[in-house]
Amino acid sequence: MKGAQRRAPWILLSPFLLLFVLTFLLPVVYAVGQSFTAVDRRGLFGEDGITSSFAGFDNYARALADPTFVASIGRVLLFGVVQVPVMLVLVTVLALLLESASARWPGFFRAAYFLPYGIPGVIASILWSFLYLPGFSPIVAGLGKLGITVDFLSAGTVLWSIANIVTWSYAGYNMLIVIAQLKSIPGEVYEAAKVDGAGPFRLAWSVQLPLIRPALVLAAVFSIIGTLQLFAEPQVLRSVSSAIDANYTPNFAAFTSAFTYNDLGVAAAQAVLIAVAAFVLSFIFLRLVSRRDS
Amino acid sequence: MSTAPSDLDRPESTAPGVRRGSTDKRGATRPPSAARILVTAILLLAAVYFLVPVYWVVVAATKSTGDLFTTNGFWFSHVQLFHNIHEVFAYDGGIFVRWFGNSVLYAGGGALVATYLAAAGGYALAIYDFKGKNTVFGLVLGGVLVPGTATALPLFLMFSRLGLTDTYLSVLLPSFVSPFGFFLCRIYAGSVVPTSLVESARLDGAGELRIFHTFGLRMMAPALVTVFLFQFVGIWNNYFLPLIMLADQNLYPITLGLVNWRAQVDRLPEFYELTTGGVLVSIVPLAILMIVLQRFWRGGLTEGSVKG
Repeated sequence: MKGAQRRAPWILLSPFLLLFVLTFLLPVVYAVGQSFTAVDRRGLFGEDGITSSFAGFDNYARALADPTFVASIGRVLLFGVVQVPVMLVLVTVLALLLESASARWPGFFRAAYFLPYGIPGVIASILWSFLYLPGFSPIVAGLGKLGITVDFLSAGTVLWSIANIVTWSYAGYNMLIVIAQLKSIPGEVYEAAKVDGAGPFRLAWSVQLPLIRPALVLAAVFSIIGTLQLFAEPQVLRSVSSAIDANYTPNFAAFTSAFTYNDLGVAAAQAVLIAVAAFVLSFIFLRLVSRRDS
Repeated sequence: MSTAPSDLDRPESTAPGVRRGSTDKRGATRPPSAARILVTAILLLAAVYFLVPVYWVVVAATKSTGDLFTTNGFWFSHVQLFHNIHEVFAYDGGIFVRWFGNSVLYAGGGALVATYLAAAGGYALAIYDFKGKNTVFGLVLGGVLVPGTATALPLFLMFSRLGLTDTYLSVLLPSFVSPFGFFLCRIYAGSVVPTSLVESARLDGAGELRIFHTFGLRMMAPALVTVFLFQFVGIWNNYFLPLIMLADQNLYPITLGLVNWRAQVDRLPEFYELTTGGVLVSIVPLAILMIVLQRFWRGGLTEGSVKG
């Protein structure tokens, strides 16, 4: 019996662990290895043999020497600095309003806001790509009738058109997480605040906001990681906007390096850089928020 | 967690189904109607924002390609919804139905297996003491933070060496793993499966695996629903992985298929009709799933802090 008890956890764990190693651990190790490898093809298609050799930081140097890749990093940073706070403010306001006593039909509104989360990012991008398209979109036409001419797809605006798609997709989901946290605030806390004479704004600012902070921090971290991975939205909008090239976001650039230029070393280096950036930025963000706590 | 006043009060106030404020707010101080109108107006405005694209595609799916360009996009004219839907299903020998089936297979099969494996692993970590336990937990926790697209590219290279690319397995295998689900199951199993129950089942002569399958799985059911839903929607919405892995159109999930149709509208305008119709058909099942199962999402990430 004792032996069975010693074996049991490993029997239960092994299928998960095996697949985890295959689809998470090995790819990470493989990508890091590939990023330090130079592949030499002799002959036009490598038909005279392919040799691999250690390349040091060559691939990283090449990736970072490419101005379009560096520009793509700057672009998603700008995107994140604007889109993440805007979305979180929207999320917080909607959650607080929905949970306030003044809200009517909260169930309907919650469902309406959450619905876009069930629509895949690419499908959402297809939808909005139609709504951005001049000569086709009723929104562009409607604004035109009001005397407002907008081009959602120009070099200056398309990044924010993408930000709109991302916000539209994820705001409702983040709002549900915040609402869950709001609901876990004990009724006594509200009672006490009321006894102290706190109005609705005071209540939101000094009672509810501090208590939903963990949910907002979590949402921010996932949004930062998500921003660095942007791919589907620019890829779909590329067919309607000439302002988007094949290196528009870091992830798009890695995809292009791998599948258009067949430069696997640089593609791997770019993928590693994106993952490291996601790690570092999340870490810095968490440090910044926790410092303010103490 | 930090500022909760007294633990004694928590169970009642957080009990599911009991709406906070039902006793203290509704009756006592009714807010002035001006505030109520303002709040409702803001909420309505937000609802318009979130629903307009969906409403637009419902209208667009009823129109011919010609009408899509010439009539008001936000209102119906010459409704031919059934004609369009029929076209979507009939085009290219019913390829759309095949894509839809593939999506159901990837998301349903992937999420089912992922949930079971995460449950078994999380349960093992919560119930047993063994060497290497903390290492395993730390490793998987790291996996939660690795961006999915960072692993997709090297995974493609590995799979292409194994001859696995462009097969159902190339999309299914990575879908079988949910580090987040593992994490959630470990915490949930730790709080709902009592060790005394496991002990007494052992005394009754039940084997370890049997105990997991009869008691463990059943007690973890609420968390398993959440894990399944997250994984299902995650796979259903995934685009990068199948895009990289698949070349054969017959293996495409619906996302890839519709992007393919969307890309052809400039050359062949009838694809406007097909794409809008296809988008509508693809949205409906998930929308129903989201709304019907809304309460299971509520737990979501905070499920871990549930009381024992």
